[in-house]
Amino acid sequence: MTSKQIEKRFDFFKTVLCVLISFVIAFILILLVSKDPFETFKVFLIGPLQSVRRMANVIELAIPLTFCGVGVAIMYSANQFSMITQSSFFLAACLSSWFAIYVKLPRGLHSLLVILMGAIIGGAIAAVPAFMKVKWKASEVVSSLMLNYIVNNFVAYFLIYVFKDKDAGFNASYEFHKSAKLTVLIKGTRIHTGIIVCALVVVFAYLLLYKTKWGYAIRAVGQNQDFAKYSGIAVASVMMYSQIIGGIISGIGGSVEMMGLFTRFTWEAPPTYGNDALMVGILARYNPAMVPLSALFLAYIRTGADVMSRVTDMPIEFVFIIQGVVIMLVAADMFLAKWKHKLIVKNAQKQIAVKEVAK
Amino acid sequence: MPEEILLMDNITKVYANGFVANKDVTLSVNKGEIHALCGENGAGKSTLMKVLFGSETPEEGRIVIKGEEVKINNPLEAIALGVGMVWQHFMLCPSLTIAENLILGMEPKKFGKFGPLNMAQANKVAQEACEKYGFKLDVTRKVEELAVGNKQKVEILKALIRGAEILILDEPTAVLTPQETAELFVQLRHLKELGHTIIFISHHLDEVKELCDRLTVLRLGKSVGTAIVADVTQQDISRMMVGRDVMLKIDKTKAQPTETVLKIRDLTYKDEEGRDIVKGFSASVRKGEIVGIAGVEGNGQREISEIITGLLPLNNGEITIDGQSIRGKSIRQIREMGVAHISEDRMTYGCSENLSVKDNIISDRYYKKDYKQGPLMNNKKLDSEVDELIKEFLVKCGDRNEPVRMLSGGNMQKVVVAREFSGDTRLIVANQPTRGIDVGATEFIRRKLVELRDGGAAVLLITADLNEALELSDSLVVMCGGEIVAYFEDASQVTDFILGEYMLGLKRMSDEEIGRVCYD
Repeated sequence: MTSKQIEKRFDFFKTVLCVLISFVIAFILILLVSKDPFETFKVFLIGPLQSVRRMANVIELAIPLTFCGVGVAIMYSANQFSMITQSSFFLAACLSSWFAIYVKLPRGLHSLLVILMGAIIGGAIAAVPAFMKVKWKASEVVSSLMLNYIVNNFVAYFLIYVFKDKDAGFNASYEFHKSAKLTVLIKGTRIHTGIIVCALVVVFAYLLLYKTKWGYAIRAVGQNQDFAKYSGIAVASVMMYSQIIGGIISGIGGSVEMMGLFTRFTWEAPPTYGNDALMVGILARYNPAMVPLSALFLAYIRTGADVMSRVTDMPIEFVFIIQGVVIMLVAADMFLAKWKHKLIVKNAQKQIAVKEVAK
Repeated sequence: MPEEILLMDNITKVYANGFVANKDVTLSVNKGEIHALCGENGAGKSTLMKVLFGSETPEEGRIVIKGEEVKINNPLEAIALGVGMVWQHFMLCPSLTIAENLILGMEPKKFGKFGPLNMAQANKVAQEACEKYGFKLDVTRKVEELAVGNKQKVEILKALIRGAEILILDEPTAVLTPQETAELFVQLRHLKELGHTIIFISHHLDEVKELCDRLTVLRLGKSVGTAIVADVTQQDISRMMVGRDVMLKIDKTKAQPTETVLKIRDLTYKDEEGRDIVKGFSASVRKGEIVGIAGVEGNGQREISEIITGLLPLNNGEITIDGQSIRGKSIRQIREMGVAHISEDRMTYGCSENLSVKDNIISDRYYKKDYKQGPLMNNKKLDSEVDELIKEFLVKCGDRNEPVRMLSGGNMQKVVVAREFSGDTRLIVANQPTRGIDVGATEFIRRKLVELRDGGAAVLLITADLNEALELSDSLVVMCGGEIVAYFEDASQVTDFILGEYMLGLKRMSDEEIGRVCYD
C-alpha cells in the first residue's frame, strides 16, 4: 500500500468518525432534554425513512444544497473563499423569476431561458468580489459577505416595489407562467426535473476540475499560488473565473429551486442554502463528485430533526449543534493527525523490512 | 584567564530529510567577548545557533552555559538561561509601539496579575532600558514608522530586556546601510563593556576584523577552527572558509559555444525600500556554454534570475533572448521562448507539495495543443510522458499520483528538473540547483546540466557553492554587492582561494577586465 492510499482511506475513515462523534453528542443532548430520549433519537435517526414523502423531502432539500455545494467546491479549490454562493442563489432566484412572469415562451424553452438567466445573474454577482480581489486586493471573504447584505435588501426592494402582486394578500410576486415551471418527475412528491440539471452540473464540475486545463489551473492556484505563477499560469484570471463559475452554478441552483418548487417568488429573506453549502463543500473536501453525498447527509439530518421536532419534545435547533461539530472536526486538519502519521511511518518501515527480506 | 561562558561540544544535527547540517561542531565563547561565527551559506551557522536557541534539538553533543550542562528544549528555556537571539528577519509587530513590542509577553499590570496593562509603567521600563544600553529611541513610536536600523535596535533591546547575557546576532549588517552598520558597532562595543557576550554571524571579513575578538569558522557543517582575530589576516579567514573538501568530479569536454542566446545589458533593480540590489549588471550566455555566477547569496543573484524569467518586472536595462526583448512579456510567454527556470526556493516556487508528481511535472505544458483532447486534457498522453520522465530522471516515488510532499528533498528537486529540463529548452536559468540535496541527486543534476549544454542549451548557473561553480562553469562571473567584481573567461584556471577573495569583497577586477563579459 502506498502512503497516498493510506491517506485516502484515513480521510474517509476520519469523516465517518466525525459523523459518529457528532451523533453521540446528539444523543447526549437528547438524553439531557427529552423525556423519552430513546424514542426521540429513533425518530431523529430513521424518521426520514418512514414514509415516501419524507424521503422525497430529503432529496428535494439536497438539490439546492448540491448546486451551492458544487459552487463552493470550485471556488474553494482555487483557494478563493468567497461567500457569494448565498447571493448568487438568492439574486438569481429573484431576478430570473421576472422572466418567468413577464416573458412568454413555449414549455421547456421557457424554463431553459429562466435557468440561463439565473446562471448569468449568479455569475455576474460573483464576479464583483472576484474583480475587487484581483484589481484592489480586497479580501473576497469580506467583500462577498458585505455584498450579501446589499443583495438581501435589494431583493426585498425588488419583491415589494417591482413585481409584487397586490392582490396576493402577502409579499409575493405575480404567478409564474406554467410554461416556465419544471415538471414533477415522481407523482406524489415534489421531486422535479431540476434533479437532472443538478446531476449534469455535478458531472460537468467534476470533469472541469479534474480533467480540463482550466480545472488544472484552478487546483494549481489553490494549492500554491507562487508555484502557479512561476509555472506561467495567469493567477488573476484563474481567481476570476473560478469564482464566476462557482456563482454561475449557484445561480442555476436558485432558478431551478424557484421553478421546481414554487409558483410565486415569496422570499423576503434569503434561504440559508448558500451558507449551508460551505458545510457541504468542506464535508466533500471540495470534490464535486462527493458533493451530492454530503448534501444528502445534511438534508437527511435536517429532515430528521424536522420530523423529530414535530413528533417529539425536542426542538429543531439542535441540528445546528450537530452540524457545527461535524464541520469543526472535519475541518480541523490536525484532528487525529498523529495517528495518521504513525500509520504512514509504520507502513514505510514494513516496506523497508519486506525489501530487506527479499534481498 | 578569560572565563568560558558558553561551550557547545561536539554538536551533531541531522534534519528529517537526512541532511547533516552540523557534524561534531564545537564552539567555545568567553565571557565579555565578541565572537564571530564565520562560514559560507549552508556551512551550518544558522543551524548551530538554532540549536543554542532551542529551536532545533541536536542528535548528539552537549551545551554548557556558565559551567553547567544544560538541555535547551525551546526558545523560552534559552531566554531563561540568558541567551538572546536577534533574527535577520525582524520578529516585531509593526502596528505596536516600541515599548509595546519590548514588553510583549511580560507586560506590567495594574492591580495585580490579571489587571489591565500599565502602559505608563511599560513606557518607563522601555525608556530605562534604552538609556541603560545607550539606544536613542522614542519608545512611544510605532515600529512600522522606524527605519531598518532602528527596528534592529528594538530587536536587540527585546533580547536585552529579557535578560540576555549571550546575544546572538544573525547577519545583522546584511540589512543595514554603512552608516547604520557603524552605529551598530558602537552599540555592540558598549554592550561588551557592560559585560555582555556577543556571537556575531557574518561573512563580511572586514566587519569581523573590525569588531570581533575571536572567531570560529564552520565549513560544510564542521568546525574548521577558532582563532584570535588580531592574529589572522582576512586572507587567512577566507582560506579557512572556502577551502574545498569533497571533490565531486563531473567529466565534461571544453565548451563549443556558438550564437548568443541570453543578453543582459545594464540591468538595475531596486527593492521596495529603494535599496540598490542589482547595479548595472551585464552579461551574455551563448548556446552550448555554462556561465556561472558565483557569489555569497543575497548579492543580487536571485533578483537577476527572477527578472530573466519574468517573476520580477524588468524596469531598467535590457534583456533579450535570441534577440527578442522580454520586456512586457508574461511568465508564460517567456517560458514559451524556451526558458527553463530552477528556482532557489524549491518549496515556494519549484513545486507544490500537495499536488501529485504528475501535476507538478505538467504545470508548464498542461495547456498546450499537443495535450488537448476535445475540451478535456489528454491524460493518457500526459500520464505516459510523466511516467517516462519519472524513469529518465530517476525520481523515487510510489507512482505519479503521489503528492510531492512525500518525497525526499533530492527527489523533489528531480521532479523540478524533470519539468524544467524536458521540452524545448533554449536557456536554462539554474539558481542553486543542488542546494540542500543529497550527493547522488546533486551529481545527477550536474551531469544533466552538462548534457543539456552539449545538446545546445545556454545555461546560466547561479550558485553559492564554490565546488559547483568551479566544476560546472565554462566561464565564471563573481558577484558582490549587486555588481560583477570579477570575470574569468576560463573557469578551469580559477582556484577556490582566488574566487573566495572576490566573493567576500576583498578584491575587485578593473572595469576593463569585467567588461569582457560582454564580448560583442
